[in-house]
Amino acid sequence: MMIARVVGSVVSTQKNGKLEGAKLLLAQPLELDGKDRGPAVIAIDVVDAGVGDRVLLVLDGKAAMMALNRGLAGVDAAIVGVVDSVDIPAEPGRR
Amino acid sequence: MFLARVVGTVVATRKDPGLAGTTLLVIQPLRPDGTAGGKPLVAVDSVGAGAGEDVFYVRGREAALPFLPAEVPTDAAIVGIVDHWTTR
Repeated sequence: MMIARVVGSVVSTQKNGKLEGAKLLLAQPLELDGKDRGPAVIAIDVVDAGVGDRVLLVLDGKAAMMALNRGLAGVDAAIVGVVDSVDIPAEPGRR
Repeated sequence: MFLARVVGTVVATRKDPGLAGTTLLVIQPLRPDGTAGGKPLVAVDSVGAGAGEDVFYVRGREAALPFLPAEVPTDAAIVGIVDHWTTR
């Protein structure tokens, strides 16, 4: 799992049957310092996250399929939590 | 899944039997601001997308799943046509 920020929402009428009704959000994975980490991804949202939220993002087909709960499906990313806070105790050389 | 725009088609007469009858499209990955990001790739279409349309696609082994029970040997599949998206 990684931490990501929801940066947008995606509307798609015509999509694979297994994805019918699934809510799609654009999520930008983040480094711990808040910088972008790789490209933004489209993820199914099962926790009713919103634009601007920091979320827990899984980038794995099996995990995303478990979140979608519709058996085998063409999904590889899911938002599975909304982050309230992250606490990383300070270490030398790290903020 | 990732955003992309369909920029072309691929025709291949001689191919794996599992790919017979599939539509192969060239897609250009997009950044959230709509500009091109990353290199184009070939994806198998599962939703009837066409040239110029914005789509989202799956990569990796999950790309074969939209076509079940057919076993399509692909590592990229278009799974939805994007009507529109919003960012902030």
